[in-house]
Amino acid sequence: MIERSPINSPMGRLQGLWDRPGFRWPALAVVLILLVVAPYLFGPYATVILTNALLYVVLALGLNVVVGYAGLLDLGYAAFFAVGAYTIGIVHHVYGLDFWLTLPIAVLAAAVAGVIIGSPTLRLRSDYLAIVTLGFGEIVRFSARNLDITGGASGISGIERPWIFGWRMQSTLDFYYVFCVLAILAVIASLRLADSRLGRAWLYVRHDEDAAEAMGIDRVKVKLAAYVIGAIYGSIAGAFFAVNLGAISPESFSFQQSVLILMAVILGGMGKVPGVILGAFIVILAPELLRDVGELRLLVFAAGLLLVMLFRPEGIWPSRRR
Amino acid sequence: MALLSLSAVTLTFAGNTVLNEVSFNVAERSVTSLIGPNGAGKTSLFNSITGFYKPQQGSIRFDGTELLKLKPHQVTKAGIARTFQNVRLFREMTVLENVMSGAHCRTSAGAFAAILRTPAQRREEEEIRARARQHLEFVGVWAEQGRIATTLAYGHQRRVEIARALATEPKLLLLDEPAAGLNPTEKHDLVQLIRRIRDEMGIAVLLIEHDMGLVMQISENISVLDHGEIIAEGTPKQIQSDHTVIEAYLGRDDGEAFLDE
Ligand SMILES: Nc1ncnc2c1ncn2[C@@H]1O[C@H](COP(=O)(O)OP(=O)(O)O)[C@@H](O)[C@H]1O
Ligand SMILES: [Mg+2]
Repeated sequence: MIERSPINSPMGRLQGLWDRPGFRWPALAVVLILLVVAPYLFGPYATVILTNALLYVVLALGLNVVVGYAGLLDLGYAAFFAVGAYTIGIVHHVYGLDFWLTLPIAVLAAAVAGVIIGSPTLRLRSDYLAIVTLGFGEIVRFSARNLDITGGASGISGIERPWIFGWRMQSTLDFYYVFCVLAILAVIASLRLADSRLGRAWLYVRHDEDAAEAMGIDRVKVKLAAYVIGAIYGSIAGAFFAVNLGAISPESFSFQQSVLILMAVILGGMGKVPGVILGAFIVILAPELLRDVGELRLLVFAAGLLLVMLFRPEGIWPSRRR
Repeated sequence: MALLSLSAVTLTFAGNTVLNEVSFNVAERSVTSLIGPNGAGKTSLFNSITGFYKPQQGSIRFDGTELLKLKPHQVTKAGIARTFQNVRLFREMTVLENVMSGAHCRTSAGAFAAILRTPAQRREEEEIRARARQHLEFVGVWAEQGRIATTLAYGHQRRVEIARALATEPKLLLLDEPAAGLNPTEKHDLVQLIRRIRDEMGIAVLLIEHDMGLVMQISENISVLDHGEIIAEGTPKQIQSDHTVIEAYLGRDDGEAFLDE
């Protein structure tokens, strides 16, 4: 194994600080305050971009449960994002059901889809999942594009903004804060899952399937749990994405979308929550910051990603364990 | 009545018969050894009992349950734990975390309980840690609980693997060559440990082992496997004077070792 000295890298120093209890709570307080005041500091355009980054935090943390925690390669994660968004679009918009009643339906739909795709596939060798999920992602997008109920290529528009406790989520600023809350909840859920019986079971299965089975762990069940939990994260993100934009179309749920989310997970270092959050911010913010580079910005971004993957294949966030 | 009972178990791989109508029993709270030359099929027999291999014929009954159609995790849940011939601890995880894996099949908290941190979930986590600690103390490596398991000395890794197996709360423990690579002191300690597992925990042990001194010392019963067939069964005394056994070992690398004892 390659020994690295994470202490010497900037990220390593950051993590070193993070591990000090005296630093962690003040740091969290600073991050929270920054989150709250960011829209006032950076203005409306940045608020929209940051909202998108927070959406990606939720999506990347969801995919991280599948890819990072359980070690399963999912190439069609945007499908669950689509299931969440379209369920809201169809049930809430077409049938007029309240958003908060539609949300559980969206979650259920994604969970059922997860079980249907996952339970036959997860029994097979792990490479099959990559292929099947890739296909599933395309099928969902293709269906969305061609069915009447999903509005075809133009999608569904005029999706109503939800109310909560007599307050209506409406402005860009409102949704920025809604996504702040979602991202924080996703972080807490991810951290708690990692430090639990199920979280350890994912690690055991990822490290040695046979030894894990010999310890009485049902590897198919445990992997399916990861896949379905990832699906649920995706659908919740999709549901709020739909009401934020008020309109959805198949383009938002393409293969590129799946790849971008996966990129955030890999870039951040699979399985590491702070890294994945950072990864999500990078894949959204980097192309924006590179705007000055003009036409070449995607190329520069791609080259940067490639360099990171070449020189830090384990992600930018250093491993806790040597 | 026997705790584990194999009858006419036959296992073939692409026409190659690895186990041929193997029948034998393991009594409750006993130490039974399975010996035989390399390639005899001992590990394959363990894999068949624990559901990793699927024998084409026969029956494996354990504590009233037929194991032949069960998956490995179901066999463990039914009460059989095992170690591997080449230690297979979970890499990059601590000794404690390794042993905590054994509690998985005896606990139940799911994703919701974990996310909500329910009181029941917290209690269960405490319980898992406490049990893991007990088992690490039992095998004598608690002091190293915080270290990455694969960085431990080999003899200690073997003990961690045994603790991990014990954490599944088995009625029967299968040990695949637990003394391989140990020095004489460590072997002596292993004999003590196996006896304590039987006497203090009331667990039956089925042992694959090449060290004949060790086998003769702790076994109540010995079965000899050669070319996938049981060629002899009996007490250590009976086996030592059995001619078929001596012949099976003669002309092989480990034949001398057997006769030395
Ligand atoms: N998965 C397998 N596929 C094919 N042959 C196997 C497999 N596992 C074991 N065998 C064969 O079964 C025989 C017995 O092996 P094994 O059970 O490991 O013997 P032992 O543990 O007694 O040394 C060997 O000839 C081995 O090649
Ligand atoms: Mg063997």
